[in-house]
Amino acid sequence: MIEHALKGTKSYWLWILSLSIIIFVGLLFYLEQLDYGLGLTGLNRDVTWGFYIAQLTFLVGVAASGVMVVLPYYLHNYKVFGKLTILGEFLAIASVAMCVLFVVVDVGQPYRMMNLFLYPSPESLLFWDTVVLSGYLVLNVIISRKVLDSERKSIPPPNWLKPIIIISIPWAISIHTVTAFLYSGLAARPFWMTAILAPRFLASAFASGPALLLVMCLVLKKITKFDPGKEAVQKLALIITYAMAANIFFILMELFTAFYSGIPEHLTHFQFLFVGLEGNTSLVPWMWISVVLGITALTCLFVPKLKQNENILFGICLAIFLSIWIDKGLGMVVTGFIPSPLGEVASYWPTIPELMISLGIWAIGFFIITVFYKVTLSLRRELLT
Amino acid sequence: MNSSRRKFLKLAGMAALGITAGKYEKIFGLTGYSNTQHSQSVSKLRAMVIDIRKCLVEKGCTACISSCNKTHNVPNIDNTKHEIKWIWKEDYENVFLEKENHFLNEDFKHSEILILCNHCDNPPCVKVCPTKATWKREDGIVMMDWHRCIGCRYCMAACPYGSRSFNWISPRPFIENITKNFPTRTKGVVEKCTFCDERLARNQLPACVEACPQKCLLFGDLNDSKSEVRQVLANNFSIRRKPSLGTNPKIYYIV
Repeated sequence: MIEHALKGTKSYWLWILSLSIIIFVGLLFYLEQLDYGLGLTGLNRDVTWGFYIAQLTFLVGVAASGVMVVLPYYLHNYKVFGKLTILGEFLAIASVAMCVLFVVVDVGQPYRMMNLFLYPSPESLLFWDTVVLSGYLVLNVIISRKVLDSERKSIPPPNWLKPIIIISIPWAISIHTVTAFLYSGLAARPFWMTAILAPRFLASAFASGPALLLVMCLVLKKITKFDPGKEAVQKLALIITYAMAANIFFILMELFTAFYSGIPEHLTHFQFLFVGLEGNTSLVPWMWISVVLGITALTCLFVPKLKQNENILFGICLAIFLSIWIDKGLGMVVTGFIPSPLGEVASYWPTIPELMISLGIWAIGFFIITVFYKVTLSLRRELLT
Repeated sequence: MNSSRRKFLKLAGMAALGITAGKYEKIFGLTGYSNTQHSQSVSKLRAMVIDIRKCLVEKGCTACISSCNKTHNVPNIDNTKHEIKWIWKEDYENVFLEKENHFLNEDFKHSEILILCNHCDNPPCVKVCPTKATWKREDGIVMMDWHRCIGCRYCMAACPYGSRSFNWISPRPFIENITKNFPTRTKGVVEKCTFCDERLARNQLPACVEACPQKCLLFGDLNDSKSEVRQVLANNFSIRRKPSLGTNPKIYYIV
């Protein structure tokens, strides 16, 4: 089946080449980081997790969101999503791969990573995150592989696959819940220690993941003969609407408890995010961009005329994806460390090498998605002719 | 195959209990300290008492800090972002954030208080470590294995006291005179105070305690009601950092 990825137009190869160059540059910077140490990043004594771990958190959400097309199709027999489920599963695989890579580049001693398995520590949430993420990867590899195989042979997927697909649904919820628990169980970090963190993670994931999927579907519709179908696109937009509304609602809950109770250790983090603290306003413009994008996009989604115009919908989805990426992939992790337990308002900003390494990993993700989608779409076209 | 299955079951059982087990002890009050004189059956529980009243008399004294840094090959890195600290001084208002008091004497607010790992009885850093590279000994010391640590820094996120440091770069070029009988660390691992476990094993006091010219630092066994630390705690008013978090820190400050 993989041979389909080896035949393509000039622009396909140009895209593959650009991704490969970005990956290569990222790799060079990573070798430099391996040699010099994580001092190459903007991380420091007070802000010990930053851009890498934030990308991991954001991408676990994208991985989990595959369930938003899988669940209606398999649980509610919603046939319209038939063409999309496998794209959702491939997106999940690529996202989990990126998650693993972001962990690898973040640890100080990657050569010792096997210690995670040699000395399993069930009391650590990181142990459980490893378990659920690798389980999710295995489930999605089995499912997508088998479904695609059946599609190629024009037979229905085998019956034994159904229970595996059903298991993958709560499993998707579990990966983002456990990832939220990594943070929300820490008494040292009041910004994260909130019971709404897991629900908030899920809501934002179920908006940003499908938004990315929709953007990719609309791009594919433009450049290939693939058509997800008008109804599927609109249904996906509806899912994004509800998830985004829930996400904004949950954020407002957080703001209410922090500001009304007025407890400094909860309040100061939000101040840092939205107005700045002790002159450190590094995230303030970003957070307001996120707010404006998020609220504008949601408002547009409520207007049927705008939602039904696929060009505008494309813009709306990009805005939602970017809004949530800023919130989770930039603000959420760093703010937990500012101020520090000693009241220090530290500063952190990712360095060029850190950004290049991250970009390299994102490029690997897009590389995987490109190859998988290419195989799927070429196969479908072949079956039609 | 049988043994691997047993291992798996054991692990699954531990997993189910693991997350909650520590809590029950506390709910049922099982972590109370022994009131009898130290006997063979009760293990020691190491703790430190810092007498701030005495310590503040000698402003600018760094005898304990220098002694620790020397003993443990703690590098002297100028860049504050990459600093390694085992025992150091911070302003009172930062160390005791939760004791905020606007009208406290300005001098006292900015008086420098010694801080180090609290060797919590319920250490959050140990709970989160995914490789058991940090663990609590029977005598209460929170230990570090610098050869097992993968450098994920989860422990640093979990520590409510900022007591842990990460080697962002190789520390070796920043050690002036290497002390041969103590290991240097490599880049990419977390480190912190270990209550001088290597000196305790040789029946010596921790380096900082021994170095203090004012005798402000006391080290001893909380499980022995006759010990000096217990006597001092019984007869003086003392505070701890963030006891409300339930970590049960074992560094006591006499104010």
